[in-house]
Amino acid sequence: MKSIPEILKEIRPEFDFTASSDFIGDGMLDSFDVVTLVSALDKNYSISIPGTDIVPENFQNVQTIEALLRKTGAKV
Amino acid sequence: MNFKFCNKRISGVLAVVPANERSFVEEMKNYNFPEARSLKLKEVMGYDTHRMVQPNVCVSDLGVFALKNLFNRGLLKPEDIDALILVTQTPDYFMPPTSNVIQGKLNLKQDLLCLDISQGCAGYVIGLIQAFMLLEQDSVRKVVLLNADVLSRRTSPKDRNIYPLIGDAASVTVVERDPQESVIHASFKMDGVRHESLIIPAGGFKLPSTPDTAILVDVGDNNMRGQDHLCMDGSAVFNFVQVEVPQIIETVLASANATMDSVDWFLCHQPNRFMLEKLADKMKVPRSKMPSNVVGRFGNSGATTLPIAMAINLTEALKTGTQRACLAGFGVGLTWAAMLMQIGKLDFCDLIDYP
Repeated sequence: MKSIPEILKEIRPEFDFTASSDFIGDGMLDSFDVVTLVSALDKNYSISIPGTDIVPENFQNVQTIEALLRKTGAKV
Repeated sequence: MNFKFCNKRISGVLAVVPANERSFVEEMKNYNFPEARSLKLKEVMGYDTHRMVQPNVCVSDLGVFALKNLFNRGLLKPEDIDALILVTQTPDYFMPPTSNVIQGKLNLKQDLLCLDISQGCAGYVIGLIQAFMLLEQDSVRKVVLLNADVLSRRTSPKDRNIYPLIGDAASVTVVERDPQESVIHASFKMDGVRHESLIIPAGGFKLPSTPDTAILVDVGDNNMRGQDHLCMDGSAVFNFVQVEVPQIIETVLASANATMDSVDWFLCHQPNRFMLEKLADKMKVPRSKMPSNVVGRFGNSGATTLPIAMAINLTEALKTGTQRACLAGFGVGLTWAAMLMQIGKLDFCDLIDYP
């Protein structure tokens, strides 16, 4: 199973995601990257992140993504 | 707002798509994104090909072609049409109504109600509601609902957020009285506060098109578009669909005392595969009951994606029998609408190419 930083790196290899706490605000993820990320997380953790949870605040940093995954029932 | 109609039916559906097919992979070079990133998006969203009209083709061209096809095949008689409802966001003119243009081009009778409705992706359900209301009148026996849009003409080819998903199409749905006892439930809502979520800023009287409004500018996310072009707040629209659409479907099912399991098909407007799969999961509906294969083949053509979904997935089922379908449309306005009805046995349910 891949880690969240590994998945992020596959989507936007040009960025260092450990250096930011606001991926959206810092321009590292746009709305279509978020869609790609959700799809990758769904597959990686065998879950389906609810559509209503696909909002920018849940994808600000690794911690918020982890919280979302736990809420969805994934073992992080 | 809830509606209930008795003894009305759809008797036939014809979808028309331009023969001109474009491929996402071929168009990737037009975008300011690395190919690998675009290919990931292609996989998630289900993009592959889309159909677009040639630059001079208008809604009336598609509509006339579709109706002539039905006349020539003897599936519809011009003199039987009592009302022609055209739902479009891309009319030929500001004035006159494009439905009148079509009436004239086809020499349809003068004793005919021609009505343009400005609606987008919810326009199939909204158009059906209007058709059913007209059929309450003794003088109206057959209504043609024509949905058509050529939005590709108002989409920037350098906007990867929008261009790959847009398609052009038209559809004719013949609506008439049903000799069988039948009940149709419908509900819709609108929220003009969020009207800027889907908008073409220039070209109307508020901001007329000028050479400046046609200039492509980087809108901040590597996409290039002008004010003449369709602009969408993707995150806002996605969230709107996930929040509002399940609720309105539940409303319609509740008014009909129907359960999710009793519905054969959830035929939704087709924005992209990802959004529909998330919608199905949220509603706990098997993804197989909610077709999501229109955008990848034809593009998102607005309201016509719903009849296209019928024509490519359910032709035989609808021509040979009856299916209980929950229709749902959602988009510009913002507008969202749902309808529960029996569809079939249809006289025709086809998809043809516009040359």
